[in-house]
Amino acid sequence: MEGMNAFQMLEYAAWGISALLALWMLFDLTVTDRTYSEDLLTSSREGEIDDALVIDPPHQGGHK
Amino acid sequence: MSQTTTIHGEKISLLRVLGPGHVWALGVGIVLVGEYMGWNFAVGKGGMIAALIACWVAGLLYTCVAMIDSEVTSTVAAAGGQYAQAKHIVGPLMAFNVGLFLVFAYTMLEAANAITLGYLVQTVGTMAGFEGVHDKPFIVLTIVFLAWLNYRGVYATLTFNLVITAIAFVAILVLFTAVIGPWAIVELNHKDLITGLPYGWMGVIAALHFGLWYYLGIEGTTQAAEEVRSPARALPLGTMLGMITLLIAATMTWYICSGLMPWEYLGQAVTPLFDAARLTGSGPLMVLLFVGTIFSTLASANGCINDASRAWFSMGRDRYLPVVFGAVHPKYRTPYRSIVFLVPVALVFAYYAPLDQVITFSILSGLLGYTFMSINVMMFRRK
Repeated sequence: MEGMNAFQMLEYAAWGISALLALWMLFDLTVTDRTYSEDLLTSSREGEIDDALVIDPPHQGGHK
Repeated sequence: MSQTTTIHGEKISLLRVLGPGHVWALGVGIVLVGEYMGWNFAVGKGGMIAALIACWVAGLLYTCVAMIDSEVTSTVAAAGGQYAQAKHIVGPLMAFNVGLFLVFAYTMLEAANAITLGYLVQTVGTMAGFEGVHDKPFIVLTIVFLAWLNYRGVYATLTFNLVITAIAFVAILVLFTAVIGPWAIVELNHKDLITGLPYGWMGVIAALHFGLWYYLGIEGTTQAAEEVRSPARALPLGTMLGMITLLIAATMTWYICSGLMPWEYLGQAVTPLFDAARLTGSGPLMVLLFVGTIFSTLASANGCINDASRAWFSMGRDRYLPVVFGAVHPKYRTPYRSIVFLVPVALVFAYYAPLDQVITFSILSGLLGYTFMSINVMMFRRK
């Protein structure tokens, strides 16, 4: 019975982590949508390669 | 946020940070689970030899797929992969269809992987003596965690894939090394276990489509076209290295399993490589191959989220779908709305649909996509 509880705890932990991550994504999505204009968010276009965007995190310590 | 947000003028684009290793991880990561489970149904259809023929015939076809992608993507380097190729080379109707095939193929494969992972955790719980264990919490966790990882950035997502895919591949190498040569811990018995063609050449034909499992999804590397630092170099290099890796892994997998198990068992086994490790009697090998099975399943689901969201994003950006899906996150530089939108789609199928139907949905979408590729490359050469 004790063992069964241990696995049930694992199951509850899985539900809990899933809920937290899902809420985090929804929260961030809402905040992002409110902070930036729709024109800016949807400004990506195919084929526009900006050399300034060519970033190499291992060698430049992350994008700046 | 403003310090880390890279906005040039009034535009945001996907982040170009990936190298050939990430491309390899994306392609092989999606596929390697097929070595751990699924390919062996070819053995059930036509015996060991039929499975080997299927492995190599499918290997030849997929080498062509990888070469088509390498050739076309060098010219059409855009997120969306085959969708973008269809748009530029064939036309809008084909592009719309190919885009949907891609999204469904990858989202359904993601759901299938989540179901498998839930089943594996449930099996471990049952084997450990627990009662009333459920797979659903782990199915949901797999999808939501990987979506969260994808939301947070492509570099971390595919570096994670690189690590777990490499571990899963090394696990096959270690098992192979442990069963061949003078130090072998178990004797392979190909002489007695390989019994010709039990169902004749009809069995070979029946086995062919399971040969696809060894390589299905390698074409997904092209989805990363807009996020690699050097598309013309990284995509062909990553894709072809991936194909070489899979050909080696597929042949080793067949060799190990066909020398350890009778075809009647192997043909219906759920986890053939893990079963092979159990037959060696080595505890560490069993743990390693179990970890490999879990990691390959995770890597596949992870790569599928990456690919499906890029295809959906590209279609939104081109207004084949509502333009809201063409948004890029200003901080993480990912197609965040597409990633979040596809989460409930994957969850519904993983939660309610049976595995075989989900897999059929995925394969059918994939096959329609392959049909397009052969037309596409001919038109590409003429243009």
